[in-house]
Formats: sequence, structure tokens, C-alpha cells
Amino acid sequence: MPINYYIFLAIALFCIGVAGVLTRRNAIIIFMCVELMLNAVNLLLIAFSKMHHAEVATDPNAGINGQIFVFFIMVVAAAEVSVGLAIIAMLYRNTHSVDVNFLNRLKH
Amino acid sequence: MNTLICLVSLLPLIGFLLNGLFRKSMPKALAGIIGSGTILVSFIITLVIFVQVKKEGFEPITVNLFPFITSDTLKIGFSFLIDPLSTLFMLIITGVGFLIHWYSTSYMHEESAPDYAKYFCYLNLFVFFMLLLVMGANYVILFIGWEGVGLCSYLLIGYWFKNLDYGTAAKKAFVMNRIGDLGFLIALFALISQFGSVNFDEVFSKAPTASTQFITCVTLLLFIGATGKSAQIPLYTWLPDAMAGPTPVSALIHAATMVTAGIYMVARSHVLYNLAPFSQTVVAVIGSATIILAATIAVKQNDIKKVLAYSTVSQLGYMFLGLGVGAYTEAVFHVMTHAFFKALLFLGAGSVIHAMSGEQDIRSMGGLKKYLPITHITFLLGCLAIAGIPPFSGFFSKDEILTAAYERNPVYYIVGVAGAMLTAFYMFRLYATTFLGGFRGTEKQQHHLHESPGAMTIPLIALAILATVGGFLGIPEVFAKNSNWLGHFLGPVLGEHAPEASISVSTEWMLMGVSTVLAASMVIYAWGRFSKKPELDTPRGIGKWMADKWYVDEIYQALIVRPLKAFSGFLDNVMEKGVIDGVVNGTGRLVQYSSRQLRYLQSGQVGGYVLLMVIGIIALFVVQLFLRK
Repeated sequence: MPINYYIFLAIALFCIGVAGVLTRRNAIIIFMCVELMLNAVNLLLIAFSKMHHAEVATDPNAGINGQIFVFFIMVVAAAEVSVGLAIIAMLYRNTHSVDVNFLNRLKH
Repeated sequence: MNTLICLVSLLPLIGFLLNGLFRKSMPKALAGIIGSGTILVSFIITLVIFVQVKKEGFEPITVNLFPFITSDTLKIGFSFLIDPLSTLFMLIITGVGFLIHWYSTSYMHEESAPDYAKYFCYLNLFVFFMLLLVMGANYVILFIGWEGVGLCSYLLIGYWFKNLDYGTAAKKAFVMNRIGDLGFLIALFALISQFGSVNFDEVFSKAPTASTQFITCVTLLLFIGATGKSAQIPLYTWLPDAMAGPTPVSALIHAATMVTAGIYMVARSHVLYNLAPFSQTVVAVIGSATIILAATIAVKQNDIKKVLAYSTVSQLGYMFLGLGVGAYTEAVFHVMTHAFFKALLFLGAGSVIHAMSGEQDIRSMGGLKKYLPITHITFLLGCLAIAGIPPFSGFFSKDEILTAAYERNPVYYIVGVAGAMLTAFYMFRLYATTFLGGFRGTEKQQHHLHESPGAMTIPLIALAILATVGGFLGIPEVFAKNSNWLGHFLGPVLGEHAPEASISVSTEWMLMGVSTVLAASMVIYAWGRFSKKPELDTPRGIGKWMADKWYVDEIYQALIVRPLKAFSGFLDNVMEKGVIDGVVNGTGRLVQYSSRQLRYLQSGQVGGYVLLMVIGIIALFVVQLFLRK
């Protein structure tokens, strides 16, 4: 299977994520869209490391660092999600809303 | 010998530093002793040098102190040149200078101690720069002295700077001099670009290789400098105003020495002037015009110092007439005799002003003869000398110039004789109004009248002797063969001038006789007229024009000062306040305005931020992928 499909899929996922972040006002959905973007990147990294590495024919372990990156991203994303969700939970407790447009007081 | 030469100029500088640095704690007596003592020692050393220079077979000495400016091939050394011309000027400067310093110790005695020391410090600095001017071996050193004496002149005219008018007079002198200095400076650069050197000997030896146009330009530019410093048309108006300074300053700077700097400079550059006949004509014409203009103004002045000031301008005109007709030795001779009698007249005027408690208007004087006997006699001798009555010094020098002028063009001679008649007339109008007749001042002034103390009368007597016999240094050849000592002395520098070559002895006798008889008749006429009935009324008609100085100041005011001020006002109001301030303030306002607009981008809407971020990333991609070559 050519790598193109993976790339198109990743781009589609990423664009959906971006569009979601831009258009949605619910903080949790925005969060999910961010995750979507991260995973689109993860998908690209894996696809490239497995299929597009120069030495993949001779060395089955070639490009392994791309996959290791993905683990890092997942770990960091998980940490970020836990912190972010905690913040959202606190926001909700205080304002009874998760609408980001309502949360504009950071500019002051 | 070299040490002595350096000492001559160094001593006044030391006096300046001592009086200047310690003026707060300097007792008056000490300040006077340092001030005049340094000049006296300088004078004695100059005499020693003079004895050397006077010897037969003397070669000019150049003393190189240190390299002053070195730039590629241009090398300007800080060096002194000692030859008969500079030695003569050094003698005048230190000799007359010493007498005037001595006189000042008494004249300025009412000043407070720091001001007294300040006065002597400026005066010493002046002598230092003046010596630099005449001793310099190149145009740059000459120029340093030239600027320095201008500065000292400014400081001393404005010595009583708390009087606003005096401060204005000082500024006027400085600004007028600057106009001339610009000409000098341009000439200096032209010389450097043409000859690659400013040393007198190099410039003069290379001068014949340059084109006549170039030499004419340079000499005219130098002459512009000379008109500023030596108060010739059109830049003479500062000199009468310079009388705001203390009287000894007027005597030293604005009569005897500084104003003759232009004469020295032209005489020093006579090689160049000889190559440019057009410049010579310009010099002679300006000189003769100045003689008449200043003399007519002097006729109607009532301020004792103003009369002398205009007479100085007029006498300087004689010197330039002499220079213009190629009679360099005669012009320098007139510088010397003029230094004697004009310093004498100014110091005599100072003595009169001193006795009159500061009164300068001759209409309030009269009959001072019996109160101030010594001043009276010396002043009379000075008047006779300047009027050109034989055998006083002015007769010899003025007649030599007039003879040389006749030789070039009889018109110059007629102008010169007319000037001499006017000179005799106004000087004896001044003398008769001041010293003869009855006293016209107040009771209080009459009670106060007294002869000045010894420190003032002794310099007067010394100068009176010099003014009387000084002329015998340069007796014309027509009286006795080989009697012109000065001509012989200056011959190696300025070239022997022999008027006898082209005009006969009898013509010369006749010229001399005509000018003497005319001058003498004017003396008798003025004496008779003003001793009985002094001119007290406000003049009318043409006399008013003369009393108001032909309105030259007003013309300058209308033609130059006002348009310049209007232009400056335009620059101030429109260019400065409108354009420049507009640009500067506009930049500030633009930044403030645009910042205020950009501030609205910070809306607090996260979506907006993200949108901008995405747009930014897309823009980066576009740049990276499509626009980069």
C-alpha cells in the first residue's frame, strides 16, 4: 500500500482538527480536536518511519526513532489532557460553562 | 636664539595662565605685575632678537617646534619665522603692548580684583595670539593667531558684559570677523589644494607656476579676510562699535595691533599680490573708498572714542591704499607710526574720560587744557602726527604712501590728500572741542577734574616721543640719500621700493608740499573755528547723514540682517515647527495610533487567536514553499 493514503488520511484528520478548534466553542470538543491533530501527526510519523525510511529494506529496525517519538507525543498528550481536563473541570465549577468565548477575561 | 624666540610668545601665555587660573585669589598689584611684566620681558627679548636680525647678512630663521597637522603628503608644522617683517611687528606688539598694559594697571584700578585679573588675563592672551599671528611660518599658524585675536577682541569688547549694548557690540565684532575669516579659510584650502603646502616660502616660490586667475581668486579671498579684521569696506562697521571695551583695549587691539593684522597678512603675501594686478587694484580702491567714507563720518561724531575709531578705519584705508599700489614697506611703516600715534590718542582719550568720570561726549568737555596739562600736550602731539604735519611721524609714512599712490594713479593721490585734509580737520575739531575754550560739563565734573596718575602719563609721554620721532626711521630718499632705514631693514622681505625711479624729485617735493599745506591749513581752520565756537547743535542736512554714519548700519540692517532674520524666522516657524517637528511628532503619533488599533486584536477570544495562528502557519508555508527561490 502506498504511503500516499496515509498522508491523505493524516492531512484530513489534521484539517478536521484545525477546523474543529476554530469553529467549536465547547472547550471539551476543542480539546478533542487538538487530540485529533496530535494523532494525525502520530500517524504521519509512524507511516514515514515504517515505509519511507531509506534503510528499511536492509534493517527492519530502521526508523525506530520515529515510532519512539510517537510514544513521547502520546505520553505528553496524556499528561496535557489530564491537566487540561482538570482546568476545564475547575472552570465549569466556577462558571457553569465550558464555552471558550465566554472565557475572555484572560486579556485583562 | 631658538629658545628666545619661543619665549617671546610663551611669556604672555604664562601670564595668561597665571592670571586666569588664580584670578580669584590674585591681589590686584600682583595681577598687574604679572600682566605687564611678562610683556615687558617679551619686549626685552624681542629687542635682543631685533639686534640679531638687524645685523648685515642676516638670514631668516625658521623654528620648527613640532609637527602640527600631518596628513598624507600635507605636513603643517608648528613653526615660527623670524625675519625683519615679523620682528618689526613683534617690536610694535610687545613695545606698545607693554605701555598699554602699564597704563591699564592704573586705568582699570576701580575694577574688583577678580575682574582686574580677568582683564589682564585676556590682554595677555591677546598678545600671545597676536605674536603667534606675526611669528607663524605658515598660513595655518597665522590663522590660529588670527582667530585667537578675534576671540580676545570679542572677550574684551564685552568685558563689561552686564551692559547689554556692549555684549551686542562684542557679538557684532565677532560675527563681522567671521564673515571675513570664511574668505581667509577658503583661500587657505585653495592654497593647500594648489600647492600642497601652506608654508610661506614654499607657497611663494611655487606661486609663479599657478595661473593668474587662481592667484587673483586667492588674493581676493585673503583680502576679504583682511577687510574683516582690518575694518575695511564693507566689513568695517564693527570697529566703531568695538569702542564699548575699556579704552586701553581700544588702543591696543582696535587701533595699534589687531586691526593691522590684515595689513601684515597682505604684506606677508605680497608675492601673491604682485602676481595679481586686479587684486591690487581692488585693494587700492577699497582702501581709498574707506579713507573717505570713514573720514567723513568722523567729522561729525561727538563721542571722543568714536572719532578715533573712524579715524582708525580711515588710517587703515591708507595702509591698504599703500598695499594696493605696491608700496608694502610704506604701508608697514604707516602701521608702525599709526600704532604709536593712535595708541597715544586713545590713551589720551582714556585719560580724558578718566578725568571726566566716564563722560565721552566732547560737547560736555572743553577747556581741559589747564586741568590735564600732560594729557593735553601728548594729545596735541598725537593730533599733529596723525594730521601729517612735518616732522611728526604721520607725515613721513602718509606722504610715502601718497607718493607711491601718485606714481600708480593720480586719482589715488587726490583721494588720499582729500582724506588727509579731512583727517586734519576732524582731529583738530576733536582737539579744539576737548581741550580749548571753556568747560561745558557739570559743576561736579569740573570739581573732579584731575591729571591722571604717573602710570597713565608715563606711557603717554613715551608714546608721544615715539609718535614725534618715529617717522625718522623711514625718511624718504628725497630728503637724504640712504636715510630710509626702515626701507633698508624690510627690503629683504618686501623688496626695495623706489618711487624715485619713475617720478622726479621735484614732483615728489611738490606732492609733499601740496598735501602738507592743505593739511596744515585744515589744522589752522579747525583750530580757529572750534576753539571759539564748538559745534554743539544737532547737525542738519548732509551733516546729519555724516553724523548718522551714512546710514550704513541701517542699510546692512535692512539688506542683510532683516532678510536673514526673516528667513531664519521662516525656518524656525515653518521648517522647524512645521516640517521637522511634524515628522518627529507624526512618527510618534503614527506608532501610538497603530498600536491602539492593533490592541483590538487582543480580544480574549481564543478562537480568534487560534485563527491567527493558523493563518500565520499557512503564511509560513506559502513563503517557504512558493516564494523562496
